[in-house]
Amino acid sequence: MTSEFDPARLAAIARDLRVLILRMIANAGSGHPGGSLSAVDIITYLYFRHLRIDPERPHWEDRDRFVLSKGHCAPALYAALARRGYFPEAWLWTLRDVGSPLQGHPDMRKTPGVDMTTGSLGQGFACAVGIALGARLQGKTYRVYAMLSDAELQEGVTWEAALAAAHHRLDNLIAVIDNNRCQTDGFTADIVAVEPIDEKWSAFGWDVQRIDGHDFVQIHAAFQRALQPRGRPHVIIADTVKGKGVRSMENRPEWHAQPFTPEQAEVFIGELFEGGSS
Amino acid sequence: MPLKTRYELNLGMATREAFGRALVELGRENPNIMAVDADLSKSTFTHLFAKEFPERFVSCGIAEANMVGVAAGLASHGKIPFAASFSCFLLNKAFEQLRVTVAYPGLNVKIVGTHSGISIGEDGPSQMSVEEISLACSLPGFVVLAPADEVATRALVRAAAEHVGPVFIRTGRPRVPVIYSPDQRFEIGKAIELVEGSDVTIMANGLMVAEAIRAAEALDAEGISVRVLDLHTVKPLDREAIRKAAEETGAIVVAEEHLVDSGTGVRVAQAVAEMHPCVMEFVGIQNTYAESGPPEALLEKYGLTAPHIAAAARKALARKRGR
Repeated sequence: MTSEFDPARLAAIARDLRVLILRMIANAGSGHPGGSLSAVDIITYLYFRHLRIDPERPHWEDRDRFVLSKGHCAPALYAALARRGYFPEAWLWTLRDVGSPLQGHPDMRKTPGVDMTTGSLGQGFACAVGIALGARLQGKTYRVYAMLSDAELQEGVTWEAALAAAHHRLDNLIAVIDNNRCQTDGFTADIVAVEPIDEKWSAFGWDVQRIDGHDFVQIHAAFQRALQPRGRPHVIIADTVKGKGVRSMENRPEWHAQPFTPEQAEVFIGELFEGGSS
Repeated sequence: MPLKTRYELNLGMATREAFGRALVELGRENPNIMAVDADLSKSTFTHLFAKEFPERFVSCGIAEANMVGVAAGLASHGKIPFAASFSCFLLNKAFEQLRVTVAYPGLNVKIVGTHSGISIGEDGPSQMSVEEISLACSLPGFVVLAPADEVATRALVRAAAEHVGPVFIRTGRPRVPVIYSPDQRFEIGKAIELVEGSDVTIMANGLMVAEAIRAAEALDAEGISVRVLDLHTVKPLDREAIRKAAEETGAIVVAEEHLVDSGTGVRVAQAVAEMHPCVMEFVGIQNTYAESGPPEALLEKYGLTAPHIAAAARKALARKRGR
């Protein structure tokens, strides 16, 4: 989208998407709220300000591609796709049910707007490298975005893909790491530490930026910079908060995949940014 | 022709939970027992072991290939590591390590896959393991176990620890009916006859055993005498039980929560073809990935419930009788 950069507008959209995420997961009875809420500000920026896409033509061959390598956070993507008009919002209330076009993890054959099937950590990112390589081979100018989680960096294939992308100087590839510092079993630093993340990616030959992943001004600046070709792939390490926006969920690993009822969801929605947080 | 044994089939715990509890019991008895996990310890129930024996628990992070390599290393100097994760990640992401660093040297590693089959439900196909019996059975020297309930799981986890060599144990996410009494004896490679019968044999494992019993009860009401065998060991198969079923009932149905063209059924068919060819029918997932949904709805939609097994048994019987 080429509209003016309006952080207040983006914040309002992100708040709406958070409401959809919470209601969607509650209605489904299962899902991954914590990581969906940490990722949703960046997804909002991409889908409502940045990506060159056309919801009327989900298979437009020159569109930018977005690969949600941390596929368990599909609710954040589905909320954005629905709000951008890829499919009716009513579909959100079928998430995870038999016959639904919205699978528990992203499915490129069932959901308009999903560019790659994901759900096994590490794999989506490698696919993004392949998409970026393919774009260059075909002389296409679109860009490829991949969103990873910090704990996804524990998967070996992530680093195989990172090496390959740098070797091929894929500056049409932009990786975003949703660094919410939590995973299923606890804090990433306590399971298998991945920091210092920025130094690792620098050593692998990537153009590295590190930002607050909930600050739209910083997000905007980072993605604008990543549009400049530098002969290297770009990575934006976005420091985020798991469960961001719902005070009682924030920074608590147990909200990785804990279910909650529709009644609880409304309580969480009442908590959204209470106390004036961004 | 009433069934000799009636099964209450009351809901028990999930086989993954039974595994986690059994591992704690083993840990108390044998200091060489260890657990390695890939950031799913609460789901695989190895967190119970981690809590009681933190020094014998290794968290490998989201890195299944590395986890199996670490387990192989631990086994190489006398530890008995149980490596647990969702079956889909463990068998698919670490298959190369299972092949070259576990199966090939024959190291004493126990691989426990949880959330197997489509009964993981809402998480969807990327998390559904429908091919791991095939993969595990393709590894020379591996013992492959698929327990049906909490009693079987507890006993077979124990048997796996006592067996020297690589073992794969397939467990599931949902709670499943209790079939066995607590004192039931289990032996690797020895099928258990749950229902006596002479017209047709249903062989099943995992959560399909309860469905097979329900199918047998329905068929019994129609005057069809059904034998039900729990093939809790897929490798090595109980060839003697299979030979007897082929000879004595002349019709076999194999029911499994797995791709139908590469799992228990084809292995039984090979044994039947070698020893005593007879009519066979197969109940399983038909050359497709499933979808997100509640487990019960998926099992019904993808043909894995008692009525589907009963229909296959009727078909097998009709073919046997030349109709």
